[in-house]
Amino acid sequence: MSSLTVKNVTLKFGGLTAVHDLSFHIPAGSITSIIGPNGAGKTSVFNMITGFYRPTAGQIMLGNENLVGKKPSQITQRGLARTFQNLRLFPNLTVLDNVKSGMHSRTKQTVWGALWHTPAQKKEERLIEEVARDCLAFVGMDASRYRIAKNLPYGEQRYLEIARALGTKPRVLLLDEPAAGLNYEEKENLIELIKRIRQKYELTVLIIEHDMGLIHKISENVIVLDYGQKIAEGAPVEVLNHPRVVEAYLGKEEEAM
Amino acid sequence: MNPLGKKLSIILSLVVACCLPFLTNNYWLDVATLALFYIVLAQGLNVVVGFAGLLDLGYAAFFAVGAYTTGILMTVYQWSFWLTLPVSMAIAAVVGVIIGAPTLRLRSDYLAIVTLGFGEIIRILAINLDITGSASGIYGIPRPSIGSYMLAGQMDFYYLILIIAILAVLAVKRLGSSRIGRAWMYIREDEDAAEAMGINRIKMKLLAYSIGAVIGSLGGSVFAVKMSAIAPLSFSFTQSIMILLAVVLGGLGSIPGVVLGAVLVIALPELLRSVEDWRYLIFGVALVAMMLFRPQGLWPARYDTGKDSAHEADTLRTEGSDRDVQLDSEKCNA
Amino acid sequence: MDILVQTLADGLVIGAFYSLIALGYTMVFGIIKLLNFAHGDLYMLGAFVGYTLLSVVSGNGSGAGLMGIIVVLFLTMVIVGAIGMGIERVAYRPLLLAPRLSILITAIGVSLFLENGSMLFWGAQYQVYPLQLSHDGWEVFGAHITYTQIGLVIISALLMLGLHLFISRTLYGKAMRAIAHDQTACHLMGINVHKVIALTFFIGASLAAGAGTMAGAYYGTVNFMMGFIIGLKAFTAAVLGGIGSIPGAMLGGLLLGMMETAGTFLFGGSWKDVVAFSLLILILVLKPTGIMGEKVTERM
Repeated sequence: MSSLTVKNVTLKFGGLTAVHDLSFHIPAGSITSIIGPNGAGKTSVFNMITGFYRPTAGQIMLGNENLVGKKPSQITQRGLARTFQNLRLFPNLTVLDNVKSGMHSRTKQTVWGALWHTPAQKKEERLIEEVARDCLAFVGMDASRYRIAKNLPYGEQRYLEIARALGTKPRVLLLDEPAAGLNYEEKENLIELIKRIRQKYELTVLIIEHDMGLIHKISENVIVLDYGQKIAEGAPVEVLNHPRVVEAYLGKEEEAM
Repeated sequence: MNPLGKKLSIILSLVVACCLPFLTNNYWLDVATLALFYIVLAQGLNVVVGFAGLLDLGYAAFFAVGAYTTGILMTVYQWSFWLTLPVSMAIAAVVGVIIGAPTLRLRSDYLAIVTLGFGEIIRILAINLDITGSASGIYGIPRPSIGSYMLAGQMDFYYLILIIAILAVLAVKRLGSSRIGRAWMYIREDEDAAEAMGINRIKMKLLAYSIGAVIGSLGGSVFAVKMSAIAPLSFSFTQSIMILLAVVLGGLGSIPGVVLGAVLVIALPELLRSVEDWRYLIFGVALVAMMLFRPQGLWPARYDTGKDSAHEADTLRTEGSDRDVQLDSEKCNA
Repeated sequence: MDILVQTLADGLVIGAFYSLIALGYTMVFGIIKLLNFAHGDLYMLGAFVGYTLLSVVSGNGSGAGLMGIIVVLFLTMVIVGAIGMGIERVAYRPLLLAPRLSILITAIGVSLFLENGSMLFWGAQYQVYPLQLSHDGWEVFGAHITYTQIGLVIISALLMLGLHLFISRTLYGKAMRAIAHDQTACHLMGINVHKVIALTFFIGASLAAGAGTMAGAYYGTVNFMMGFIIGLKAFTAAVLGGIGSIPGAMLGGLLLGMMETAGTFLFGGSWKDVVAFSLLILILVLKPTGIMGEKVTERM
């Protein structure tokens, strides 16, 4: 469990400012949602936190450590895991192998161990398998462990991404639109799952989501972005009724409908 | 295939491979020796292309590094063959890193053409440098010996390269099923996701590249003493393509497939002697046809080690991989 | 001084060939993100088709006059353009949605096919072009610049100008640029994407073929492997100029031609290719977007 702090972060692509002077703090152990209209910069924020984009200015702190300038893999090693908005599984590998990926940065056997099948290597492989199967069992997918990832139904692919992220043994979990494309029942299950994740794995959870119902039910704290800036922050009930949020976010969605 | 059948077929093919020198004439023994060389090279390339998904079009360069290192050390400095092996492997690993380090950040297709360029540079260096004997190459490379026994006969070299081939297959197999092998496959499947899972893609790609280089150079070293003369002609772009063909034909990432592919690439031209001029034309068509109709290869890699979903291996990669499209178009549109 | 001018003049001609081939690379890459490995072989094919047509024209006793040459050049471009389109239809189109590795390997297969098909058809030995171009010319600062060189550069320039007008002024050109930007959106907007891609292959192939015919006439001999190295170099030129950028390809070709002739002059002919390939690697490592390429931020 660890807190995440974003301090005065700005992201520019050429002349375009995707995120402007954004600051927020996510207390350890909380579930926080980031919402905002399409193009508000939510995924950009995720990509900066996870090291895929480098902020033009500002700091991102995991606990007391600045993450800016670190590679995504280094950030994952420090205890931050993510899922992707558009599923990014390893499509041709088995479910189990997908989840095993998380343990890569938690293990250290080299070519030598692999070539000679040393006892230490075998022990480590057993550990990897154990952790991976635990994570799969946690999301209820242990039975599908030998299936090829791309052949799974959509909902299970979403769960698999979560299991895979848990496999990295994170302290903070970032979920990018985890409910996208799920039906009502699946969403209800997802809410339960996220709550259970926090409890069992003692995680800080940050979610990007569009589904207002889900946000209401799950988050303790909501951050609203529009045009790369934070326009509101607080408990779900107050934030979602905030006039600027209604104007920027809900208003637009009605138009779209 | 069940595990017992698998074991039996491995033992059977090993027995056949061991008895082959007594079952056939010199001509076919030579073909078989060449096929074993190709198995070594193709397994090395399999690590790079099949596991890590990095298209290397200059792989013959590493074959050349091995052959020339051994050739030069043995003729100019009178080294023992066995001592040249670690040296040539080390040099190949270093060359692999030198080539890889600056280029592995590039998109896959750029990497392909850069490796092609490097392959050509190494070949042109071999043609132009004095130490490599210019265009005529190096000749009079001594025979290796074990104790007082000198490996000189055709059969000796057959068994030498057979041992190397078995070791290469075993090494690649073990690497493939380790955390390192899995990391390569994650990178091949989705680089960004692999990085997000905590895999340092640059480091792992470099490792794949170096391992491939080491295996290739090992093949080259043995090639040098087997032929006792080497020339730049053996390390051309065509050679790189033939090795690639073996990997693609057999099945990218599939260890038995790549063995099969290597044997086919060597044996088919022998069987098709009557249409020799058509050989490369047919290979070209074969490459296109494989990609169009059976991209997973003749003996596809199977990642579903479980029994409950065996049939899915056949549909591997064939059914329109929508995700790839989605990802690619996303990258392109950005 | 004379050597410098001579180098520049020779480099300009070679550079013009590189530019014409690089254009095809860049256009195809721009539109479907494919490195068409077989592209250099279309140049070779152009040289051979031109060779055969010229043999026919000059074989009936009339000899190939200026008009004859221009007609041959035009016909070659159409024929090879059609072949390029055929390749796209058969080998690439079914794989547009496949993983990138598949289509790259396919392109290598196509290249092998074209090279060895040409070898079977026209023979493995060098063929002498049935055409003697004049070696007369002007003396400029002590350098000898032939009328032929000037003619070839002018023809190349006209072809490039034509392409530029086509891309910037016509609806097809606009569609090409649009598809390069977002293929799916173009589909949705009712643009016949496949038709435009096919046209791109046609243009790219015919430009390479034009370069091939001219190169055949300029150097005097043709061979089935002549496209391999030059394809790689033209790719270098495309990357140098910034892959995907049409003016970049033109500029990159000319620059590479001159750098290479300068490199030959400095290091000797046997290192010529090393100079070009080292340059390629350097650019890709230091500035992969080239001179005029746009920076592409990969979206997650």
